[in-house]
Amino acid sequence: MTAWSRRHVLSTEDWTREEIERVLDQTEPMLEVLGRPIRRTPALRGRTVVLFFAEASTRTRMSFELAAKALSADTSIITASGSSIEKGETLLDTVRTLQALGAEILVMRSAASGAPYFVAERVTSAVINAGDGWHAHPTQGLLDAFTLRRALGDLAGKRIVIVGDVLHSRVARSDIHTLVPLGATVTLSGPPTLIPAAWRCGQLPPGVSHEEEVDRALDAADAVIALRLQRERQESGLLPSLREYALEWGITEERVARMRPGAPVLHPGPMNEGVEIDAAVAHGSRSLIEQQVTNGVAVRMALLLLLAGTPVAA
Amino acid sequence: MTALLGADDVRRAISRIAHEIVERDRDPSRLALVGIRSRGDILAARLRAAIRQNEGVDLPLGALDITLYRDDLTRIGHAPIVRTTEIDFPVDDRVVVLVDDVLFTGRTIRAAMDALVDYGRPRAIRLAVLVDRGHRELPIRADHVGKNVPTQPGDDVRVHLVEVDGRDEVELLRAEVPA
Repeated sequence: MTAWSRRHVLSTEDWTREEIERVLDQTEPMLEVLGRPIRRTPALRGRTVVLFFAEASTRTRMSFELAAKALSADTSIITASGSSIEKGETLLDTVRTLQALGAEILVMRSAASGAPYFVAERVTSAVINAGDGWHAHPTQGLLDAFTLRRALGDLAGKRIVIVGDVLHSRVARSDIHTLVPLGATVTLSGPPTLIPAAWRCGQLPPGVSHEEEVDRALDAADAVIALRLQRERQESGLLPSLREYALEWGITEERVARMRPGAPVLHPGPMNEGVEIDAAVAHGSRSLIEQQVTNGVAVRMALLLLLAGTPVAA
Repeated sequence: MTALLGADDVRRAISRIAHEIVERDRDPSRLALVGIRSRGDILAARLRAAIRQNEGVDLPLGALDITLYRDDLTRIGHAPIVRTTEIDFPVDDRVVVLVDDVLFTGRTIRAAMDALVDYGRPRAIRLAVLVDRGHRELPIRADHVGKNVPTQPGDDVRVHLVEVDGRDEVELLRAEVPA
């Protein structure tokens, strides 16, 4: 196995299959750690992980925090409200301060697409992108791939359907950039207003297809990922109503039955039950949504460990 | 290169240690074996088979990966590969016999004990090794030893086992310049 050489986790778009598999393979032992009576190992004792969340987040932030703590790293959490950003401090000044205070690994969530790239070029800390605008959410892509691999085995030849607001979804993009290198194909389905125009017109990336009819997209599929519908999309006129969305695109038990027997259902959370997913599906036997939460902590542990072991010198 | 143990020596050492383990602790029902990856787990499985044959009891068997407990983890400068630990029985109040191939500085065993107590409170922890090559850096000793081998600190003791290497053999590679 080749040495791990990545300094940052910004997007998996340019990752090789080997790199993705390395992370997924390292996630298995982390999951075992999380199942122990004492969910903590001393691996990153004395190392500092700073979580810089300039955009609202509960589960991703908590997931990173639990991951860092399970490895005994020191963690600090900075949110936009209550920090000097409110006094007008720039992004660069903020992260330079965090670096000066000893942040070896900087986990950042930002509403601005590309912000982690801007930061990664200017600090010595390792940067993990915890979601930037519409662009990428690589740890979500990796945890979805890990969850699917555990449920389905080798993903080569498997067809995964992603339903919902693909246009504004960094999760959809990161899922594509993780699942396709592993040999899966992805079928996108959702309201035409919420699918990127180029993709709707057939200019799709390799391994990705588009099927407007969700029922047809789900026929004989191996798994489905329902995306969260952001309610503000309705206000901006991209959707007629939430009720119509639920009827046309919501993942119901009837729709789940179209997939292969036992095919699992995923959702990155937080869910709008009764809109993009029925409560019966979300909490039913095919749902892997709770496993996604646990697997998310394990994937982030694997990444923290990989980055902590990568030398600073380029 | 010097051969320290051949296939027959390895077999006899395991057979003897299997007897010793049970002799030392007369109630086998409270024993458990935990091998340290990546060769101690194989030796632990062989000890379990030998004890089953001799005593007719199946001891709980676990495998421990100590990577997350290494004291040089953040000094080695590369991302190590972590393997899965499998201890699916309660270690509380059991006499846990840690099994490893080579005992050297004792740092691996220190890490293994730290890992093990995260699973519970064993009644006692004992240590069985195929080869003790000396040069301890911590106050640790083995309870059961296949063979004691005098070495130089820079030497390399290589354990080959059928399950992963195709043959049972222990070799000593002398350092080019004695350290």
